Amino acid sequence: MWVYVGRRLLLAIPTLLGASIIVFAMVHLAPGDPIAAVMPAEASKAEIEAIKRTYGFDKPLPVQYLIWLGRVVQGDLGKSLATRRPVILDVRDALANSLVLALSSSVLAFGLGIALGLLAAFRQGRVLDKLSSAIAVVGVSVPHYWAGIILIIVFSVQLNWLPAMGAANDPGIWEYLRHIVLPTVALALIPLGVITRVVRSAALDVLSQEFVLALRAKGLVSRRVFKHVFKNSFPQILTVLGLQFGFQLGGSVLVEAVFSWPGTGYLLNLAIFQRDIPVLQGVILVLATFFVLLNLAVDLVQTMIDPRIARH
Amino acid sequence: MSTPLLEVLGLRKHFPLRGGVLPRTRAWVRAVDGVSFDVAPGETLGIVGESGCGKSTLARLILRLIEPDAGVVRFDGEDVRAASPSRMKRLRRDMQLVFQDPYASLNPRLTIEATVAFSLLVHGTPRAEAAERARALLGRVGLDPRLHGQRYAHELSGGQRQRVNIARALVLDPRLLVLDEPVSALDKSVQAQVLNLLQDLKAERALTYVLISHDLNVIEYVSDRVLVMYLGEVVETGTAEALSQSPKHPYTQALFASAPSMDPDRRMDRLPISGDPPNPIDPPSGCRFRTRCPFAMPRCAEVTPPLMPVGTAHAVACYLYEVEPARLA
Amino acid sequence: MAVATALVEAPVLATAPMSYWRTVAWRLGRDRTTLVAGSVLTLIVLSAVLAPWLAPYHPSAGSIRLRLAPVGGPGHILGTDEQGRDMLSRLLWGGRMTLVAGLTPVLVAFVLGSGLGVLAGYVGGVTNTLIMRTMDIFYAFPAVLLAIAISGALGPGLANTLISLSIVFVPRVVRVAESATVQVTGLEYIAAARASGAGVRAIIRHHLLANVLGPILVFSSTQVSLSIILAAGLSFLGLGVTPPAAEWGLMLNTLRQSIYVNALVPALPGLAIFVTSMAFNLLSDGLRDAMEIRG
Repeated sequence: MWVYVGRRLLLAIPTLLGASIIVFAMVHLAPGDPIAAVMPAEASKAEIEAIKRTYGFDKPLPVQYLIWLGRVVQGDLGKSLATRRPVILDVRDALANSLVLALSSSVLAFGLGIALGLLAAFRQGRVLDKLSSAIAVVGVSVPHYWAGIILIIVFSVQLNWLPAMGAANDPGIWEYLRHIVLPTVALALIPLGVITRVVRSAALDVLSQEFVLALRAKGLVSRRVFKHVFKNSFPQILTVLGLQFGFQLGGSVLVEAVFSWPGTGYLLNLAIFQRDIPVLQGVILVLATFFVLLNLAVDLVQTMIDPRIARH
Repeated sequence: MSTPLLEVLGLRKHFPLRGGVLPRTRAWVRAVDGVSFDVAPGETLGIVGESGCGKSTLARLILRLIEPDAGVVRFDGEDVRAASPSRMKRLRRDMQLVFQDPYASLNPRLTIEATVAFSLLVHGTPRAEAAERARALLGRVGLDPRLHGQRYAHELSGGQRQRVNIARALVLDPRLLVLDEPVSALDKSVQAQVLNLLQDLKAERALTYVLISHDLNVIEYVSDRVLVMYLGEVVETGTAEALSQSPKHPYTQALFASAPSMDPDRRMDRLPISGDPPNPIDPPSGCRFRTRCPFAMPRCAEVTPPLMPVGTAHAVACYLYEVEPARLA
Repeated sequence: MAVATALVEAPVLATAPMSYWRTVAWRLGRDRTTLVAGSVLTLIVLSAVLAPWLAPYHPSAGSIRLRLAPVGGPGHILGTDEQGRDMLSRLLWGGRMTLVAGLTPVLVAFVLGSGLGVLAGYVGGVTNTLIMRTMDIFYAFPAVLLAIAISGALGPGLANTLISLSIVFVPRVVRVAESATVQVTGLEYIAAARASGAGVRAIIRHHLLANVLGPILVFSSTQVSLSIILAAGLSFLGLGVTPPAAEWGLMLNTLRQSIYVNALVPALPGLAIFVTSMAFNLLSDGLRDAMEIRG
């Protein structure tokens, strides 16, 4: 099994490299001079020369890529065009904020999603199932940025219960919590829908196995059946959880934009607006790496739970 | 002796096993390891063996659905392996395969009439004629084309699907039919019907059968000659009577003895054979059966015994029957 | 022989059985939810197509004096936006943009993805590895992120949006197509077709495609709602369609600040996205259920 682990790790490397190539290529895809893309406005001549040297713009493209890659691996993601600060610092802070949001949103979505999904499966065909499934469909269909706006309208503007923006500059824990509630709910909607549906489907598959049918026919809708269902549908559920967590981390852009939550999404949005390419590259690269490693972790955990799953 | 319709010589197929961190070949599954036999026109050769002995691979090798690693396959004197793609397409009309799984062997999206007609369409028969012949053949195998022709595979029972399989195989008017476990997935009552159908068809169309099964009853019921396989190799071959009345190879003996019987006199107290069939990835050296053989000798571990004659058209691969070469003083 | 035949025959049917696709259509027609979703969708699509004739005003015409008129007001049944333009007209015209931006990438992904996936699945070997590993690289990014990355680099505009979203969805379709193809190729009826002498093209045409397109179609239909949300989302961020064009996501963005003044009008574009997306989801659910081979 450790062989499988090694193999997966090895396979992750080309994926990461490929992702880094895409990120690197962004600079050259962007219309305009690539040098201008990484150059702050009104840069002094000395600065221009320095940048040209560090990035190696006079060298052929593959060499430029390798130079860039070498520096990236050492943690140097360049300097923001807007703030002149090292990108890595901004990204680090933003990532922390986004992780908090993603985690809280995941807790909500996973917990509620699994509960609703199991409820729907065990009460298949009846009112509770239809209700849960309806909630799921709504969750999957709703544009989360719109949901965020609606939440703001209802809870901030009309009822004035919760704040609309930001992460609170003076973070007392209560204030912080107040600020995180609405973004969490908005971000959790789509994953909630997806998870509910997947859990319901996986649980139904297990429930229709003959062994379980036999138990239920005897009237034993018990904890034992429940545990069996949960255990057997877990691998499928785990995959989805991993994917959805990734979605919440990477997809938080839109929700953070709505709530001005200072996470990676917010940073990304700002960078797009300001055409701050180094920041754009840095954020995307860090997020992509995170996502690849997350997928890897999910695969490995799954294999440990059930060694049969080891795919090549 | 007339020319055999099918000649197989030294057929071999090893499948690579990839494993480890890098995609490197770690080991080989020796599915078919030097199999040779002949089939005379008009006879039924039964090939019997347990799961994993390479029977299904053999079936596909004969029809060149898988490329052999080594060996010769000759159909009516013609080398099948050397055939060009166009020649192969013509050859396919003469050699057909009836598959084991009645469920997976039919396209769920085609009506059964279309399934049977497809083979003809591939060879250029005009649509109307293909449909006509397909319907005729469906009727011949016991499925009224007016009732069943437009049905889909999932609407039929296992026995009916196998009939469709047979019809599909026969629509090209082949001379040789290889049947890979044709009745294994069916209920016993249906098995007899399908086997009887096969016998009738064989007589009507002067066919030659190679029938593969793990079920001795089936083999005994239809075969003229029998070939016993173990772990990719032939261990015994002879007429059906000879093998059932006096099996020579310890494995064959165990097979026949372990067939459950309704006859109380033939019931056993002890199992004649023990252990599980070993892994075709790492077969024992020399005679592959020696690890389960009650008569194993030191000789058996050294070199694989070749097929040795023990009677008219009866051969065994076992050192027990070796005629000593010069122990002459 | 007659006896054997009688034992084998199934009970006689009163009518001829239906072909597969007609069964699918029949099942779809009987599912109430699907019918409702289908009708709603038809309405939305029609209104988008007929926007030039249905819209009471020109979508760009407006005056600041009339800004943010409430819903149900005189002359503007759905109110006006922050520049005084009629909401109803902008919603109708916006629907065209959003639907095009949402549907086109999925269509492209369906065609391209199926082709690549079936190729990779049937041929296998090096071709498969090459194609699938390349797709894996794109799959490593969450959809939103990839869309933003590519759009961010290419810049705003409808064409760029279509390109970037297509790139997002193709790998997903390829995965499903390859997986389905590999599964079907392993089934014995493919081997049987080869045993009959059929060539690669005949097999793909007659046996493979029919059995593989089903799952691919169902999967693609589930992606439509996501595509619409993403397309609108890109515009929301300023990466998709640019002002003064009407597009639901863009409208949501520009109206965002106005929620403090008039809460209902800014909610409308998002509502439109929501309803459309939900209709597609319900429809694709119904399609999946209808296409299931049962029995």
